[in-house]
Amino acid sequence: MEANKTTPEKKTSILFVNKEREPLFSKKNRKLLSDPMDDNNPITVQVLGICSALAITVQLKPAVVMSISVMAVMAASNVIISLLRNLIPNRIRIIVQLVVVASMVILVDQILRAYAYDVSKELSIFIGLIITNCIVMGRLEAFALGNGVWKSFLDGIGNAAGYGLILILVAFFRELLGSGKLFGFQVIPDAIYELGYVNNGLMLLSPMALITVGILIWIQRSRNRTLIEKN
Amino acid sequence: MEAYLNLFVKSIFIENMIFAYFLGMCSYLAVSKTVKTAVGLGLAVIFVLAITVPINFLLDTYLLQPGALSWLGAQYADLDLSFLSFIMFIAVIASMVQLVEMVVEKFAPALYGALGIFLPLIAVNCAILGGSLFMQQKDFPGVAESAVYGLGSGIGWLLAILAIAAIREKITYSNVPAPLRGLGITFIITGLMALGFMSFMGIKL
Repeated sequence: MEANKTTPEKKTSILFVNKEREPLFSKKNRKLLSDPMDDNNPITVQVLGICSALAITVQLKPAVVMSISVMAVMAASNVIISLLRNLIPNRIRIIVQLVVVASMVILVDQILRAYAYDVSKELSIFIGLIITNCIVMGRLEAFALGNGVWKSFLDGIGNAAGYGLILILVAFFRELLGSGKLFGFQVIPDAIYELGYVNNGLMLLSPMALITVGILIWIQRSRNRTLIEKN
Repeated sequence: MEAYLNLFVKSIFIENMIFAYFLGMCSYLAVSKTVKTAVGLGLAVIFVLAITVPINFLLDTYLLQPGALSWLGAQYADLDLSFLSFIMFIAVIASMVQLVEMVVEKFAPALYGALGIFLPLIAVNCAILGGSLFMQQKDFPGVAESAVYGLGSGIGWLLAILAIAAIREKITYSNVPAPLRGLGITFIITGLMALGFMSFMGIKL
C-alpha cells in the first residue's frame, strides 16, 4: 500500500530515515512546511479546500479563527491517520478518515462554542464543513497514509498555513476595500471619506471572493511561470 | 403546495449552493472540463443530496435534537445529543455514496471510469454535508420540506456545473493571458456568473 502512495524517490527517503536519524528540521522537512506556501499551495495550485475558504472571508477575524481551526484539525488528524496507517484496511479507509476528522472537528466546534461564542455563531455551518474540506481529506489520502508521524504533522501544519495565507489575504482585501476596516477597527481615516471616498459594497458580496482569488492566482502565476497550465 | 414550490425555486436559484455559499467548489472546479462528466457528477450529487437530507432530517428530529428522544420514555426526554450531528450526518453520507458508487459501477461503467476519483469524493463534497447542515439550521417543519430542499439544492448545483463546463469547453478557443489560463479564469468566470445569479435575490417568495 505504501508503494502506491509515495513516489520512488520519497520511498528511498523513508528508508533513509529508518537507517540514520534525520534531524527534526532537516532541509526536506523544512520544505514540507514551506512548499505549500507558494509552489504547492493547497488553494491556488492543488485546488483543494475552496469550499469553505471563500464564504468566511468577508472579515479578517473569522478568517483567522478558521485558519487556526483548520490547522488544529489537520495536524491532529494527520498524526492520528499516520499512526494508524498500517492498521487501516484499504477498502474502508475513507470512512476511517472521515470518523477521525469528524471527531477532531467536533472537539474544535465545542471549544469554539465555549470560548469564542460570537465567532462560532458567525462561522455557522462552516466549522462543520471542515470535515468535508478537501484539503484535510486530500492530504490524508496523499500524504499521511504513506508517511511517518513527524513528516505528516509538518505536512498538516504546512498545508493549513498555506490555506490560511490565502484566506487571510482575501479577507484582508475584502474587509479593507469593502468596509474600510481591519479586524473590525476602522483603518481608512475619516478625512478620506470626507473627500468623497466610498466603501465598495460589492467587495462584501460573494462574487468578489471568487474574483479576488482569481486575481491572486493570476499574480502568483505571473511571478512563478512554472505553474502556468497548458490549456 | 405553493410553499414547496417556493422552497424549490429558492434553493435552486437564490440560495444556490455554488454561487451563494461556494459549497462543493473543489469538484466543481476539477470536473468541469467537459460537459459530459459534469452532467454525470451533477446527477450523482442530486441523487445523494435528495436522499441524505431527508434521512438526516429524520435522524436529527428523532435522535439528536434536545428532547428528541422523548419517544423512548420520560427519562430520556432531556437528553441533548446534537453535538453528535456532524459524525452522524457524515456516516449517513459516506454510506449513501458507497451505494451510489456501486450502482454506477454496475450500470454505467463508462461514467464510472470518467468520474474516477470524484465519485468517492462526493462523500467529501461540501455541498452534500452543507445541505444537511443547512437543513438543521433552517429548522424545517417536516420531512417533505427537507426532501424538496435537498432536491432543489442538487439541481442548483447541476445547473452551475453544467454552465461552467459549457463555458470552459468554449473558452479553450480564446486567447486568455497565460498565467490566468485554467484555474484563474475559471474563478473569475464563476465570480461573474455569481454576480448574474445575485439578480435572483430580488425575487420575493
